[in-house]
Amino acid sequence: MGVTVYIPTPFRRLTGNQVYVQAQGGTVREILEDLARHFPALANMIFDQQRHIPAHINVYLNNQEIHTLQGPETPVRDGDEVAIIPAIAGGQVLTPEQVLRYSRHIIMPQVGPVGQRKLLAAKVLVVGAGGLGSPAALYLALAGVGTIGIVDFDVVDLSNLQRQILHQNDDVGRPKTESARETILSYNPDVNVVIHDGPLTSDNAMEIIPQYDVVVNGADNFTTRYLVNDACYFAGKPLVDASILMFDAQMTVFMPGRGCYRCLFPSPPPPGAVPSCAEAGVLGALTGVIGSLQAVETIKLILGIGEPMVGRLLLYDALAGEFRMVKLRRDPACPLCGDEPSITQLIDYEGFCGAPFPGRHE
Amino acid sequence: MAIEVRLTANLQRLAGGRRSVQVEGATIGEVLDRLDEMFPGIKASVLDNGRLHRFVNIYLNDEDVRFLQQLDTPVQDGDVVSILPALAGGDVGG
Repeated sequence: MGVTVYIPTPFRRLTGNQVYVQAQGGTVREILEDLARHFPALANMIFDQQRHIPAHINVYLNNQEIHTLQGPETPVRDGDEVAIIPAIAGGQVLTPEQVLRYSRHIIMPQVGPVGQRKLLAAKVLVVGAGGLGSPAALYLALAGVGTIGIVDFDVVDLSNLQRQILHQNDDVGRPKTESARETILSYNPDVNVVIHDGPLTSDNAMEIIPQYDVVVNGADNFTTRYLVNDACYFAGKPLVDASILMFDAQMTVFMPGRGCYRCLFPSPPPPGAVPSCAEAGVLGALTGVIGSLQAVETIKLILGIGEPMVGRLLLYDALAGEFRMVKLRRDPACPLCGDEPSITQLIDYEGFCGAPFPGRHE
Repeated sequence: MAIEVRLTANLQRLAGGRRSVQVEGATIGEVLDRLDEMFPGIKASVLDNGRLHRFVNIYLNDEDVRFLQQLDTPVQDGDVVSILPALAGGDVGG
């Protein structure tokens, strides 16, 4: 146990790109001292030469600014959260328009102005602008997630419009990334939409994924699914994973070191053994349910609130109208995140899965 | 009383579209045997040389049988067994 400390974007390079770090201590000052011991470069940012917290750094304990409490001597308890927010850090101050736009979030103590600034500072990568990626990206955009990356290689097809709410009738034939960017910006111009037009492959995954805080998986094939799993593990990024077919869905959150897709399914089925959505179909509204749940879990991770869906696999049977949870464990024999890993860098996913990265050979 | 077996997506096709089947059996392996008698072919899509395919999970209630006693895991009246193949779909394509 201990206290969780939120590290703002500009300081993350000093904490090995960690958004949240654990620290020990009985008061806010002791927490910051502990942090400074573990990350010496951070010490110069959070303390001045007299060992005071500089005036341009605001420190929040559970969303309350510490000067409204007992200042640096405010006692902390196990499970508390301390957030370090530099007063001026590139658009991190909420404008009056933002305060209004996000007022239904800000009014909740679990979000508050600090949480809203975390969302605005967050960077989320959405893999696939399709059935799951559409609602996920849209709700993240509405929530004010500051940077949303979209990877897709495809163009909008008429058959996508039964469920892919990022795209509309006039978008048929356009690149999905372009259509996605336009839709997102029409909902919320605050968002910086970064498009990665082309397939995610072993060649670019480790360039793209480390740029983000959280990855949302909406891939439609096993080759990309295993690649995203491995790359997120190597980059130390949480992966909000889901897959769907017909009336069924599976969803979970993989935290590096606490189980991965390979722990769940050690290897992919032979090509053709499990049909795709194109072959077997999918209920359009089901993608909305699960993609929205992915947005919910992503927002929880960014805010550091609640219990992330880690170590649990959600099964949704739409026909039965039933949600169920089963346990998901880290497998000590997992070749990626197990005790004696044999996979230490990205592998040949096309060979492993017996199928090419879609879009690569077009 | 009996064991309830729940089938996901594509496995339902092999069971005549049924999502849930009641069978008798003392272990997961026996449950699969009974299931295969009712719907021939199901076992072949779940097992490979007598072992679980690596892309199929079987849960006894909420626990993965790989972390119990695999196919020898005992089952009791009222248990729910779920057979869950990996699904690829995030549904990007057409």
